[in-house]
Order: sequence, then C-alpha cells, then structure tokens
Amino acid sequence: MKLLTHNMLTSHVKGVTKGYPLLIKATEVKVNEVEFNPQFISRMIPKLEWSAFIQAAEGLGHLQNLPSTVVPEFENNEDFLRDVHKVLLEVEVIEGCLQCPESGREFPISRGVPNMLLNEDEA
Amino acid sequence: MKLKELESCLQQVDVFEEPKLLLEQYPTSPHIAGCMLYTIHNTFDDIKGKLVADLGCGCGVLSIGAAVLDAGLCVGFEVDEDAVDIFKGNVEEFELPNIDVVQCDVCCLETMSFAKKFDTVIMNPPFGTKHNQGIDMTFLKTAISMAKTAVYSLHKTSTREHIQKKADDWNVKMEVIAELRYDLPATYKFHKKKSVDIQVDFIRFSLK
Repeated sequence: MKLLTHNMLTSHVKGVTKGYPLLIKATEVKVNEVEFNPQFISRMIPKLEWSAFIQAAEGLGHLQNLPSTVVPEFENNEDFLRDVHKVLLEVEVIEGCLQCPESGREFPISRGVPNMLLNEDEA
Repeated sequence: MKLKELESCLQQVDVFEEPKLLLEQYPTSPHIAGCMLYTIHNTFDDIKGKLVADLGCGCGVLSIGAAVLDAGLCVGFEVDEDAVDIFKGNVEEFELPNIDVVQCDVCCLETMSFAKKFDTVIMNPPFGTKHNQGIDMTFLKTAISMAKTAVYSLHKTSTREHIQKKADDWNVKMEVIAELRYDLPATYKFHKKKSVDIQVDFIRFSLK
C-alpha cells in the first residue's frame, strides 16, 4: 500500500463519523523505485489531504524534507516534487495494519494489501 | 505500444483457478481487455499519467494493462481474497511499481468518500445476471461517484436503454464505443454449452 492510496482510505465502521486519517501501524515497509512523473505529482498535490500525508510519512520514518504545508509554486520546484514523489509512490507498507481513529478497529495489511472488509455487524 | 503487444503481454496474466458463481468471476479475456485499454489510451488519453481505479479488479488484467500503459497509479478494488492473491502474484510477476490493490466490497465504496478522487475508472462489472440482480448498476453508480473525468465499463447490450436512462438521471454523458461479442467460456458447471456468446457494449461515461 502506497501513501497515495492510504491518503484516500477511510474507515466506515457503523457509527463512525470521522474514520480519517487511518493510523498506520507498520511492521514491514519497503521502498520501490517508481519512474518520476512531475506532471502527475503536481496534479496529485492539490488533491491530497496534506496533513494526513505528512503524519503518515512521519509515522513511517520517511518524512524526507517534506514541510508541514505545501510550498508555494510547487509545480516548478523539482526538488520538492521529487521528495513528494518518493514518499507518495515509492514508500510501501507491506505488513501491518491500519487503525480507525474513532473506533480503534484495525484493518490488517498483508502482502501490501489493506483489507477494509467489515463484518456484518459492523457495516 | 501496439495492440498486439499489449494483448500478448496480457496473456501472461494469471486468472481464476476456481471461479466463484456468486461473484460472477468470469475473467476479461486478454483480447477484450487489450482492446478496451488501447482505445482508452489512444483515443481518449485517459490512462497515461492518470490516477486510475479498477472496480472488481479480480485477478487484475485491466489494472495490469493500465499500469503497463503508464498510469500514474492504478488502484484495484476487489472483495475476494483468492482473487486478490492471484492479483498480487501477477503484480509481482510483472514487476510493475505503479499498481496497488485494496480488498473491500465495491458496494461499500461510495460511503468511503472516494468522491472524484480518481481521474479514470475502468471496470468489467458483474453483469448482475444470477443471484445479484442490479449489482452492475451499483458498480456503475459507485464508479461515477469516484471519477473526475471518465468511466469505462462493459454492460450487456440488452440493458442499454436502462443504462441510458440512469446516465441521464445522473447527468453523465454516455457513449457506446463498441459492441463486443463476449465469449463467456463454460466456466461454471451449469453451463451446458462449451461457451456462450453474449452481446456486450463497451461504454464511456464522461462526467460534466
């Protein structure tokens, strides 16, 4: 699971009103090289929940040099885009779980796949 | 990449060993997947550098094709653990770095606030023929809620009028790109013939 995917995931356990952001508890993290596409990263940045992204990166020990707010005119700042690229697409959580911030429900991650399925009584 | 190359590449994708009837797990053939992706990429430029979702991705033939065609990232969504396992095996085999998969029920995705997060949604949804009537429309409604630009999907030609009505209701433009003959192999025991051809529309829904 990449942090771009994590940035979009929410917990929807019955009764939970704000199941976001999910806390990452990782036991195995890998960095896989991905081809850098500055246009794609530039387009993704405004769509991201930036603080959730930073919190996730920090929790995994992969904050790089990322600032707590998006830098102005980031489209022309290649160093910044490269840092975002690395954390957003190259860092992958392989094993661990995601925890719902409200209910505490844990969603397992195995072989890099988060399992967001709920039991019948939770849906 | 040429269509032939894409198709032969997709022939390397592993598919279901034991398809599940309840989930209507018939694989998308490499030929159909190749034609779909080739058109989405060449005619509409909706894959390269895009954030793509594949709903009910199964073993991942559409996701892998999208990743091969340089999607920024393709995220597959699949409910069935066995399918997810085969999907992961395929991703590892192809060594594609721009692909992710989430195990979840596509019918619950709308409540998970993916609204407009993806540029493009591609899918070959269950046709909703057996025990899950209407599931094709649930998939479609979800896909439309998640996409910013376009949704590409396969639907039985016999349901075209109904889908057009729904598309009007949802204020999306619907365009039948191609009529296909879907060769449904005799995957399940109740199929008496070797394979059945069904008429299928390949449809593009564009969001306004």
